[in-house]
Amino acid sequence: MDLSAINPILFVAGFLVAATPLIFAALGELVVEKSGTLNLGVEGMMITGAICGFATAVETGSPLLGFAAAAVGGALLSLLFAFLTQIALANQVASGLALTLFGLGLSALLGQSYVGIKPPRLPDINFGPLADIPVIGPILFTHDIILYLGVALVAGVWATLKFTRAGLILRAVGESHDAAHALGYKVVRIRTLAIMFGGACAGLGGAYISLIRVPQWTEGMTAGVGWIALALVVFASWKPWRLLLGAYLFGGITQLQLNLQGAGVAIPVEYLAMSPYLITIIVLVILSRDKSAAPACLGRTFHASS
Amino acid sequence: MTDTPLLDLSGLTKAYPGVIANEDVSLRIAPGEVHALLGENGAGKSTLVKMIYGLVKPDAGQMQMFGAPFAPSEPRAARAAGVGMVFQHFSLFEALTVAENIALGMENAPKLSALSQRIRDVSDTYGLPLAPDRTVGDLSAGERQRVEIIRCLLQDPKLLIMDEPTSVLTPQEVEILFKTLRKLSAEGTAILYISHKLEEIRTLCDSATILRLGKVVGHCVPRETSARDMAEMMVGKLLQTPTRAGKTPGDVVLSLQSLSAKSPSAFGMPLRDISVDVRGGEVLGIGGVAGNGQDELLAALSGETLSAPGMISFRGRDIGLLGPTPRRAMGILSAPEERLGHAAAPDMSLTENAMLTAAMREKLDTGGMLNWNKARGFAQKVIDAFDVRTPGPGNAARSLSGGNLQKFVIGREVLQRPDLFVVNQPTWGVDASAAAAIRQALLDLAEGGAAIIVISQDLDELMEISDRFAALNEGRLSDPRPAEGLTVEEIGLMMGGAHGMEVAHV
Amino acid sequence: MIRLEKRPQPSRAFSLATPVLAVLATMFFGGLLFAALGKDPFIAIKTIFWDPLFGEFAFFYRPQLLIKGAPLVLIAIGLSLGFKAGIWNIGAEGQYIMGALFGAGMGLAFYPAEGFYIFPLMVLAGAFGGWIWAMIPALLKVRFGTNEILVSLMLVYVAEQFLASMSLGLLKNPEGFGFPGSRNLQQYAPAHNADLIAGTGMHWGVVAAMIAVIFAYVLLTKHRLGFAIRVTGEAPRAARFSGVNPTRLVLFCLGTSGLLAGLAGMFEISGPAGQVTIDFNVGYGFTAIIVAFLGRLHPIGILLAGLLMALTYIGGDIAQSKLGLPAAAIQVFQGMLLFFLLALDVLTNYRLRMGRTEVA
Repeated sequence: MDLSAINPILFVAGFLVAATPLIFAALGELVVEKSGTLNLGVEGMMITGAICGFATAVETGSPLLGFAAAAVGGALLSLLFAFLTQIALANQVASGLALTLFGLGLSALLGQSYVGIKPPRLPDINFGPLADIPVIGPILFTHDIILYLGVALVAGVWATLKFTRAGLILRAVGESHDAAHALGYKVVRIRTLAIMFGGACAGLGGAYISLIRVPQWTEGMTAGVGWIALALVVFASWKPWRLLLGAYLFGGITQLQLNLQGAGVAIPVEYLAMSPYLITIIVLVILSRDKSAAPACLGRTFHASS
Repeated sequence: MTDTPLLDLSGLTKAYPGVIANEDVSLRIAPGEVHALLGENGAGKSTLVKMIYGLVKPDAGQMQMFGAPFAPSEPRAARAAGVGMVFQHFSLFEALTVAENIALGMENAPKLSALSQRIRDVSDTYGLPLAPDRTVGDLSAGERQRVEIIRCLLQDPKLLIMDEPTSVLTPQEVEILFKTLRKLSAEGTAILYISHKLEEIRTLCDSATILRLGKVVGHCVPRETSARDMAEMMVGKLLQTPTRAGKTPGDVVLSLQSLSAKSPSAFGMPLRDISVDVRGGEVLGIGGVAGNGQDELLAALSGETLSAPGMISFRGRDIGLLGPTPRRAMGILSAPEERLGHAAAPDMSLTENAMLTAAMREKLDTGGMLNWNKARGFAQKVIDAFDVRTPGPGNAARSLSGGNLQKFVIGREVLQRPDLFVVNQPTWGVDASAAAAIRQALLDLAEGGAAIIVISQDLDELMEISDRFAALNEGRLSDPRPAEGLTVEEIGLMMGGAHGMEVAHV
Repeated sequence: MIRLEKRPQPSRAFSLATPVLAVLATMFFGGLLFAALGKDPFIAIKTIFWDPLFGEFAFFYRPQLLIKGAPLVLIAIGLSLGFKAGIWNIGAEGQYIMGALFGAGMGLAFYPAEGFYIFPLMVLAGAFGGWIWAMIPALLKVRFGTNEILVSLMLVYVAEQFLASMSLGLLKNPEGFGFPGSRNLQQYAPAHNADLIAGTGMHWGVVAAMIAVIFAYVLLTKHRLGFAIRVTGEAPRAARFSGVNPTRLVLFCLGTSGLLAGLAGMFEISGPAGQVTIDFNVGYGFTAIIVAFLGRLHPIGILLAGLLMALTYIGGDIAQSKLGLPAAAIQVFQGMLLFFLLALDVLTNYRLRMGRTEVA
């Protein structure tokens, strides 16, 4: 084994990339959950976004169009969830599972002819001399625009939730849909919009995996990232900046175990590959004691019966 | 010019499947008038005000405001037209701050800092102290009501609707509220005041409209009408007050020694150091404003929450660590406040709901195998004995009206012959005749030697049936005192007075 | 404008009708999907639903119905108990894998010994493997309040890695010329879960599934524990009030579903699959979630739904080889079924009303 084969600068730059799909997916889910809805279909929306983005990028040659298509694909799929839970008042857990099972199948179907193709590459942003700063340059200034968009989105969601009226209304709906309804807010409409935002974010996260991180298309390639994103929202206590921190933590672990696999550590590959999932469980255990931050109406069905 | 009423309703009708909530309701309110809307539970008061507030659309009829047609399609429109509403069940968000809650109820909310200042101003003007940055979940019921009132006042309403505002207040707090309302009325704000408490209406209101079964059955000037006459109009018949023979209390059945317990819910109230003895044949009435530990006390007695050894003993036996089933076996039965979802499973049939708590004492199961025939028989027995209006025991709990389900829930426990019966809000939302029947059943049970603890926010009810009275305040229980001869003043002080408002309101 | 209006009580008729309606809707929209893929929708639907039962080679496919249906029913029965109580074990796939590994491991440990006791021991080991894997989320939920959905699902990925490690390492066939995978249990008689009547597909797993159906039916309709499960799902506070111990219920529901999933895995690995390989599992643990819902969480319903879902697997295989219908299309088809079921379910508790267009 040769730990010196791990270049710390490439490692850090790598885990920023590994964390980005998680940031998108988890941030979208955070907004959805803040509105009082639990969408367990993140994995399904991610993988759908992954193939929509991949196919579009390959067909048009434009990765950015691919990302746009991924967001649209994720949002469209999430509309199914919105229909089931907001209109047909179906159980949110079951509907989320349905979304994931359906998304996995749909993506496999759409992706049949894209296996083994290389997608067009999204160029890194040219920061000029900034990229030449030792250590910091290659870590911070050698990435594509979507990665920066992810961080900006965290800031945007944070500010929106904290400072704007729209954010206040969203939180209010998640705290008490009955009270919000009594004040005249359109609970179903607000939640549907939040769900679509979550779908678009998950789609972007999925496309980041298929277009940048891997980059190619294989069936089921999100491999549980959507579920880890759900855990991350709990980890973050529904706070955007903590979510960013958590995503980097998970990204770091994923990257580390990949690097260790590459470095030929004496631990068998399978056990290294288990580690992100096991660590997710451990984190959940540690953080599950404090549920007070959860939106009070999370997972409850709303029907205006008056 | 004073002839143009502020609000003029004519012929309002609203039907729901199976019930006509409002039929041809008309009333007029002048600017500055305090108008009472009086009626029993289920008389259609709530539906009427929801139409005025834009939450429900009438099937027929017109509303006019200052002579112009008024048909709010949503609460926003009603608020814009100058209608403010303080809900019976607060429309507040527990995890948000006072200022955020108020901002949510306003059309053009200013920035939070500016809003906080306005909140302070209004609360000073009207003697309703309130800190804008506190989290609503930590506030008492009275304080929460202030949030709602201030939220309305910031919009300069022309009409303020108050839905049963005093049910969550101590007598002292009621006084303060009335002063505020009178001040508002003097400034020209009309108030539509919904209540079923006659004395209150006689003190406060200029005129009254009485509803029964969705129809207007009369108008009156409350100050010139006796409470008895209004009650007759409201109920339609004269009611018997419950009767009981005098008796001597028996042995101590339940003894609480410094009972303390954390609340299972996030914004609940912990129980603090409660000590009291209850004897057989005695009714202990426990009053107090909602949210002061009522649910928690019932849970601690029913066995839903366990408590440390030495805190609860039943006939001398320590039961703190026993769950609901063994406590039932010993004869401790209870009926929680929330009927749907706590005392009964809404989507399950009455037979299944009978099985829920009666399996043990009525021997509805043998070795874990359930005897559904026997459960059906027991459910039918409850239905017959307590005059529960339902097609049969196979119907789902949620299909019953509130009063009928309450009769079923109380009857289910009473027929199991409890030695100790704990009930929270036995007649909440129940019409007058059903309430009288339930109270009589409780008294009969005491007559038979059982110890009864009635937790209620209805002071009249408690005074009517209790032997001794105590009040819950901030999770503490006052020393019980004989109910006979207690004045409203004394009761109010036991309930915690005005919760620190005396200073603010000179 | 269409409004939803809550029924005074759940409609029994719609509760029975919605699964049928969902299947019909799925056939219709699935047909559209197949048409979009360039296949004749009628032939595709016939190939999937008719040919396995009554087609030319039905004698071959009918036993498959039992073979594929048994694990689905077995797992779904276990899941339904938890789902009814609002306890969401969605990691049955992981418990299925662990059951298979424990069962196969037990059998292979005796190789090449002979003895009647080997298979029963494997059954016990398989049940234990699934049970212990489900007890992880159960204990974490009870002790720390951890979300069982996420934990049980994470453990699927862990189990898959564990399976990979086992089939490449400890359980690898020493005489397998370096190929991954264990010895074939079908060729080791004491550990082989063979057809009880040759050629019928009727193996011990089918028997276990039937027992599970009957057991669950009696439990839910006649026993206090089943009643506790139902009340907890409908009204958790009422359940607590009636004296249900939520901790025990979580342990029972998750434990039982894990145990049954483990059994399913064990019967599969020692019978139809035969060999521990890196991808012997085909997602029964996830499909069983659909089966549980399609069967309305009712034991008899699950039995029927399991057979129907097995049919789509078999029919899907046929359609794949005969019509070139992609395997993923069947997966989409199954997902659609769950969608329609959930969407139509609203009719059980609500009624549609044509409201007049409101004059605002």
